[in-house]
Amino acid sequence: MSNILTVSPSPHLHSSDSVRKIMYRVILALVPAFLWSVFVFGWDAVRVTLIAVAACVGIEYLLQRFVLKVTPTIMDGTAALTGLLLAFNVPASLPWWIILLGSFFAIAIAKTSFGGLGANIFNPALVGRVFMLISFPVHMTSWPAGRGAGPDAVTAATPLGILKEGLVSGKPLSQIQGSLPDSVDLFLGTMGGSLGEISALLLLAGGVYLLFRKVITWQIPVSILVTIALYAGIFWFISPEKYMDPLFHLLAGGAILGAVYMATDMVTSPMTGKAQLIYGAGIGIITMTIRLFGAYPEGISFAILIMNAFTPLLNSVIKPQRFGGK
Amino acid sequence: MLRTFRLGGVHPPENKLSANGQIRELPLPAVVSIPTGQHIGAPATPLVKKGDKVKTGQLIAKSTGFVSANIHSSVSGTVTKVEGVPDASGYPRTGIVIKVDGDEWEEQIDRSPDLVRSCALSGPEIVEKIASAGIVGMGGATFPTHIKLVPPKGMKADLLIINGVECEPYLTADNRLMIEKSREILVGTELLMKALGVEKATIGIEGNKPEAIRLMKEAVADFRGITVEVLRVKYPQGGEKQLINAITGREVPSGALPVAVGCVVSNVGTAFAVYEAVQKNKPLFERVLTITGKHLQQPSNLKVRVGTPLSEVVAFAGGLPEDTGKIISGGPMMGKAVASLEIPVTKGTSGVLLMPGEESLRNPQQPCIRCSRCAANCPMGLEPFLLMTLTEKTMWERLEKEKVLDCIECGSCSYTCPASRPLLDHIRFGKAKVGQMVRSRKN
Amino acid sequence: MNAPLIYTIVTLAGIGTASAVILYFVARKFRVFEDPRIDTVEKALPGANCGGCGYAGCRAFAEACVKENDLTHLFCPVGGNDGMEGVARILGLEAVKKDPRVAVVRCNGTCEYRPRVNKYDGVMTCAIIHNLYSGETGCQYGCLGCGDCCVVCDFDAIHMNPVTGLPEVTDEKCTACGACVIACPKNLIELRKKNAKDRKIYVACRNEDKGGPARRSCQVACIGCSKCFDVCAYDAITMGTNLAFIDSDKCKLCRKCVEVCPTNAIIEVGFPPRKAKPAATENTTVNQ
Repeated sequence: MSNILTVSPSPHLHSSDSVRKIMYRVILALVPAFLWSVFVFGWDAVRVTLIAVAACVGIEYLLQRFVLKVTPTIMDGTAALTGLLLAFNVPASLPWWIILLGSFFAIAIAKTSFGGLGANIFNPALVGRVFMLISFPVHMTSWPAGRGAGPDAVTAATPLGILKEGLVSGKPLSQIQGSLPDSVDLFLGTMGGSLGEISALLLLAGGVYLLFRKVITWQIPVSILVTIALYAGIFWFISPEKYMDPLFHLLAGGAILGAVYMATDMVTSPMTGKAQLIYGAGIGIITMTIRLFGAYPEGISFAILIMNAFTPLLNSVIKPQRFGGK
Repeated sequence: MLRTFRLGGVHPPENKLSANGQIRELPLPAVVSIPTGQHIGAPATPLVKKGDKVKTGQLIAKSTGFVSANIHSSVSGTVTKVEGVPDASGYPRTGIVIKVDGDEWEEQIDRSPDLVRSCALSGPEIVEKIASAGIVGMGGATFPTHIKLVPPKGMKADLLIINGVECEPYLTADNRLMIEKSREILVGTELLMKALGVEKATIGIEGNKPEAIRLMKEAVADFRGITVEVLRVKYPQGGEKQLINAITGREVPSGALPVAVGCVVSNVGTAFAVYEAVQKNKPLFERVLTITGKHLQQPSNLKVRVGTPLSEVVAFAGGLPEDTGKIISGGPMMGKAVASLEIPVTKGTSGVLLMPGEESLRNPQQPCIRCSRCAANCPMGLEPFLLMTLTEKTMWERLEKEKVLDCIECGSCSYTCPASRPLLDHIRFGKAKVGQMVRSRKN
Repeated sequence: MNAPLIYTIVTLAGIGTASAVILYFVARKFRVFEDPRIDTVEKALPGANCGGCGYAGCRAFAEACVKENDLTHLFCPVGGNDGMEGVARILGLEAVKKDPRVAVVRCNGTCEYRPRVNKYDGVMTCAIIHNLYSGETGCQYGCLGCGDCCVVCDFDAIHMNPVTGLPEVTDEKCTACGACVIACPKNLIELRKKNAKDRKIYVACRNEDKGGPARRSCQVACIGCSKCFDVCAYDAITMGTNLAFIDSDKCKLCRKCVEVCPTNAIIEVGFPPRKAKPAATENTTVNQ
């Protein structure tokens, strides 16, 4: 025989799926929401996103090339996705150097120092965001006025921000409600907020695409959103004059972005369906507790990070259903 | 919605290239080398020596021990040597090499194509005949059939399942057999039912074989107690436990035999061999296999004598394509890649697949992104990512607790891993190690 | 002085004292008596925790030494005779003397001598390849070349040579702990007696095939011709299944077998180059 044959253990077939395809599919799912943010916030959205993506990819490249001395794997799309999600979680007016710092923290501290792709415990984009939120609270909470805020407005608070501020200053809910956008606005995304979190509609559309391509499973987003709705619903049912309705809590803030794109990050979420349901419920409960009783208006970033820490425990305690193991 | 098994499973591209190729007979080769260990269990003891003349169908090696099977000559000719014949792994195994000088069959074998339906034999007599014909599971597992037909004390089967699933991509031998020999298979099924003492039998066929389903459904009308169950296409449905689950909903407990839930599974090829052995006195010395490959001239289904070198099979189908990178004995999911074409066809060779060079190499391995697809697709509900890590860390006790011995080595995990991690390579090794450990504990 | 300061001091001091008392009693209650000699013996051991003695680390070996009170079956290959002497002195026992040993790889099937007949594509560990099939070459007995032996070596003493595709032992570093012997699925590594100047003569082959097939799969295979067996004056050579074996305890390093080996399967290492004989036959020696 002229040619040398290959011998390898079975199976000899491989599905056409790859890490890169998964990452690019998530990026693709985020594109509509990104375009909407460009429409609402203008070129600032493009600026923030470009800086974040370029910084994340660049930092990963430099670290792998010069610090770890391994072949850079930036083309797998994971760093780009981290950058994109980071940009989605910040106000469009954020100065470039804060984005750079956040990106560095996300890639260098939260991802690479834990061992790179697949070894990180916490979602890098969220670690970056929380780092920026705690270090630069002023910059991170001055929201630029979007297209829906009227011609004169320069800044506009997020609906959750308005709510929290109003409640803290002791105003009755009925008075605050006047300055809150209605559900249709929230659903379409014409209020102030982080770059990518505003349009519930487009984020959900991307989520359906991801579900269809089997990049994410239904358990995490559904359990988070249901828990948020239940939690908010119970309080709203008891005293509607003190608490907002569940729909508001689902559509306002980063609930949908977090539930569909951040909490479902494969590396930091549990493996089995049952564990994913618990994980999602945990995120929902912590998010709502922070929103209703905490100091911050929004809590989903913290909630996801806290539940990330429980992922290894959930993985080792909750085993998949074994065949014939009853 | 068609039925299927409960947990996991994948659906690789089917590529049944030879699905319409009628079964043709491969001309006799010049030399056959028949290994004495073609089945699970102890190799048979050779009964012939160098220089002996043998006839087609003559017993040339006798079953030794409880789990073992007889071996018969597949040609008539002269024994030239009794020594090492390479197996699919490349290790030499005892085998009988026969120089072919014709095709003179033993007189008692009925070579007419007529269907013989009536059988006066009792159950144990049928089992006896199956044992003497050296019949083993033809789906690839090659477990001696006569042992399966006598369940351990205290267990009783109530259902015979005939496996016509053929879930491996590319392979079509069982499909063709069901189309061309449907009645013979059903008579074989009847015989197996009699041997087992069961009243019911179900033939499981995946929905991607419409012609076989149509013909088998037509044919079962004449047979009492036999039904055809059409199943949804999903790999590895041909696995014994998966098939039982798909058809009956029962789950074979971890570590137990299928008969623990009252089922015995046999392949359609086995049922056909049983028919030939019992009704035609023909021992198992030839089988139908699929020779296929994307660049092969004529992917076909051939009736091949046991011991024929793979090279003859490939030559008959149009020769080895220029760009062949890998030769697989069996299907692409569970088959074994072989290093040379000189290895012989055995009772368990269900197909030969020639893979083009560009498809034969693996993708580079990436870090695990914990997507958990391996666990979601595992038909046994295991966690392949964990089993792989534990094997790498040589944590055998923990590996046993995580049920590594339940793994059926179907390869769904490696197939589906987006990071192209060699999960099954490690798990198979870990399984072997844990198996050793468990056995040494028993002793 | 104000009240909060006093409260603080009193509380802290109280907690501290209470904890100290509790700790004292807990320590008394759960005190484990340990023979102090175990610590001394452990200190005298090399501390490599290689497992070469058959125990799970130096501590376990030290415990065994103290418990057994007899050193005839206990030996630390890393510390060697000197190390065991030290242990014996501490315990007041007699140590067994053993010849120092060194790991030797009994395969010389380099890429040149033993052509590759297929290509392996999968996890690169010898154990997994061995589980799968006979290997990339025609020789089912030879080195698989993935370096499982190098991975297990705690002493950095064995490395793959990228040119030959075979592992090479650095004699000075090898402690004969035996980890590589266990790791090699083909059983190619043997612990042989260490001779002066690291000289050694051994059959670098484990091929048990008959002469023809053995030679076809590898140019330097032992073909079992028994020439070495006939020429050896010290009964050091035994013939197995088509394979010669030189007992390193009996071998006197006379080099006669090396001369007669027709396939150069017997290797001599560490000897000065031979003087060219006037009538050098075809079968003279080849240094490794």
